[in-house]
Parts: sequence; C-alpha cells; structure tokens
Amino acid sequence: MSELKFEAALARLEEIVRSLEQGDAELDEGLVLFEEGVKLARFCNEQLDQAEAKIEIMIDQGLIEPFEVKES
Amino acid sequence: MVALHPLSVSELTNQIKAALTQPALQSVAVQGEVSNFLHHRSGHMYFSLKDTHSRIKAVMFRGRNQRLSFTPKNGDTLIALGSVGVYEPNGEYQLYVDMLFPQGIGDLHLAFEDLKAKLEAEGLFDPGRKRSLPLLPRRVGVITSPSGAALRDILHVLRRRHPGVNVLLFPALVQGEEAPESLVRALSLAQNTDVDVLIIGRGGGSFEELAAFNDEGLARAIAQSDIPVVSACGHETDFTLADFVADCRAPTPSAAAELVVPLREELLAAVTSMRNRMVSALRRRIESERRYLGQLQHSPVLARPEHMFRQRRQRLDELWTSLGRFQRSALVLRRGKLAAAVGKLESLSPLNTLARGYSVCQNERGEIVRQAKQVSLGELVYLTLQEGSLSCLVEERKP
Repeated sequence: MSELKFEAALARLEEIVRSLEQGDAELDEGLVLFEEGVKLARFCNEQLDQAEAKIEIMIDQGLIEPFEVKES
Repeated sequence: MVALHPLSVSELTNQIKAALTQPALQSVAVQGEVSNFLHHRSGHMYFSLKDTHSRIKAVMFRGRNQRLSFTPKNGDTLIALGSVGVYEPNGEYQLYVDMLFPQGIGDLHLAFEDLKAKLEAEGLFDPGRKRSLPLLPRRVGVITSPSGAALRDILHVLRRRHPGVNVLLFPALVQGEEAPESLVRALSLAQNTDVDVLIIGRGGGSFEELAAFNDEGLARAIAQSDIPVVSACGHETDFTLADFVADCRAPTPSAAAELVVPLREELLAAVTSMRNRMVSALRRRIESERRYLGQLQHSPVLARPEHMFRQRRQRLDELWTSLGRFQRSALVLRRGKLAAAVGKLESLSPLNTLARGYSVCQNERGEIVRQAKQVSLGELVYLTLQEGSLSCLVEERKP
C-alpha cells in the first residue's frame, strides 16, 4: 500500500463508502470492504500526518542537497 | 485666355509624376494610423495612413510584406518607409511602402503576439492538453531563483497549508538573456525526478522582466513536460506564454502554492467524514440484518413449527372430503344412466308388444312364423300370448 498514491487511496475510499451506503454488497463482502476502507483511511491519515517536510535543492543531475531557507 | 495647346491626360499625369520624383519624396519615413487595411488575395497589402487632418493611400507589395514579423491592422500606428508615386490609371498618388515598423507598441510585444498566435495555432494552448494536478503531491518541484521572493512565498504557503509536503527546488535564472535556457534546463532536470507537480515562476515584474517566460523554447518545454506544470509569473493581468501553455496558471507564486497543495485540515476532515460514513453504513447494515433475522425467528414456521403440520393435515382433510363428494356424485350419475338404459331396454322388449294384443307364432322347430307358406296344413303351431300360450292346428292357409 506504500506505493499507493494518496489520491488513489482517497478515490478508492470514496468508492467503498458509496458501495457500503448503497448496501448492495453481501454482508461478508461488505465486511471485507469495510476492512479495506479502514486501512485506506489510516493510510490517508498517515500521508497527511507526515510531520517533517524535506526541502531540498537539485544542484546538478542527480545531486540533491538539503536547502536552507533564508528567512528575510 | 490660355493658348490652346491642350495636354493629353497622360501627358499631364506624366508631368505630375516627374514632379513627384524629387529625392525628398523617394525616401520618406511617415507615421500614421492604419485604416481601410486590405490584405488582397494577390498577397499585396492596401491601406491608408492617416492623421487627424490627412490621409494617404499606401500599398505594400507581396515581396515586401512577406518580411513583416507582424500583421498590420486598422488602428495601428505605424511608421512606413517608402516612396511616393503616382498610380496613373486612377490619377492617384500613393505611398509605395518598403518596410513597416510598429510605433506605440514595442517590438517585444509584437514578437510576443506573433509567437502567441503561432503556438496557439499549433494547439499548444488547447484546454484538452491540460492535465489535472494531483490532489496531494508527495513532492513539489519548484523552478525559480533560489534567492527570489517567489521561492519564499511558495515555501511559506506550502508549509502553512500542509507541513508535510516535500519540496525539491530546481534553481534557475529568471531574468536576463540566459534565463530561458536556464529555465528549460531546470525543467528537463525535473523530468527525471519523482516530483508530482512543478511550479515554474518568479515574482512580479515588468513585461521586459518577464521576457524569459515568453520564450518560445521555454513554452515548448513546458508543453512537453511529463509532469503537470503550474506557471506563476507574478502578474495579475498580463499573461505570459508560459501561462498559456502551462497546465494551470496562477497569478502569483503564493497562489500557485495554494493550487498545488490542498489544506491539510480539509483533507483530514474529508477522510474522517468518509470513515464515519463507512462505520455508520456498516452499522445500519448490521442492524438491518439483525432486524431481518428477528423477523425470521418470529415467523410462524420457526416460532410454532406444529402449525406447519396442522395446516397440512387440514388440507389433507379438505382433499379427502372433496374426494368423497366426487365419488358420490359419480355414483348418482351412473345410477341415472342405468335407469335410462333399463327404460330403453323395456321399450324394445316383445312383452310390451304382446301386452298390446299381438302374439308370436312359432312352428314346431321353434322358428318364428312370419309367412303362411312357412307352415303346412295339419301342422301344429304355437302362439305365445301376453299370458299363456296356445297350440293350434293349421286348417287353412292363405298366401
């Protein structure tokens, strides 16, 4: 799931919510969807909770260094 | 009275023409506003130049006007270089234009308009080419000057909206002759990184300062980028070519940052809301299934299974009863048929005939006698009556 993009995760979560709300799945199927949805919601939250943002600068092809922002 | 040596029209025209060949009129620069502009099918351009008081007809032949980097239009104030001459068939003098220069709008603007038209014609600005931006980029690429205010603004807004977004800066010159090449190079470097979206821009500036963002090479590089590009050239009103060709145009670098990263709180709220909806949907579902189960448990069949047998027994009784009814009615029917048959049989019986006074005559061999010649004189015949019988001797016979 780590390769999953936030956008795709959110879209899938929306799909699951709709499906559960419509109640068109069998109950056991619904439970599987629910489980997946909980995982997706957790993944989305984790993505949003990344605390430390990296700010880097590309000096040259393949050469990336941390970038210090000079506060004016 | 003038001596009557009249000139022909052609002769007069030739004299006028000669008068106009003075050097001062053979190399003129004249400024005026274009009107009645016509780019004829032949390729020649016909128009007038005018100011508030005067007007002169002008023509610029195809061979000359093909070198123009812009297309004149009515209302443009232009400087025309050329010569004055006479168009004999109409008796008109006019300006034969060798070259046109714009006046009032600078060359840079003209080149910009031309290039813009060209790129637009190539379809580089088509809305269909524009890609949508990712909802939440994991890494934002920023192409700008590392020391500019634009970068500070962008980083500030990104942090405010979502502290967890990574930024990769591609330093580039944003002003001066080397800026276009520098920007194109940064754009090309970015293609091989994992950034989800690119912001390319600089803080505000005059038209001349933004020139790098009107560069054809840069416009094409933006169009070819595999990564969605947001342009941010720091100008509210004027659009650069980079703006036209980018997937998304932001009026300022700060606005670009806002476009690129959604508010973290909004996304968190969205995820939480979906989670809640999911939980309540499942809860509703389970409750509804439970209700249904309850209904099933209370259904007569499960609650009082003996009912099922009672019902069936009752049905069996009903069937039994109706079977008996059927049998009885069949018997009545048969009885009726028998009586009818008996009646019919009785009507055919000879006894009835005898009762009406007829008798049956038989000979000694028991044969029924129907004709007199069947018996001989002196033979005995037997008559059967309704009651009893007679033996009779035949005394006479009639045929």
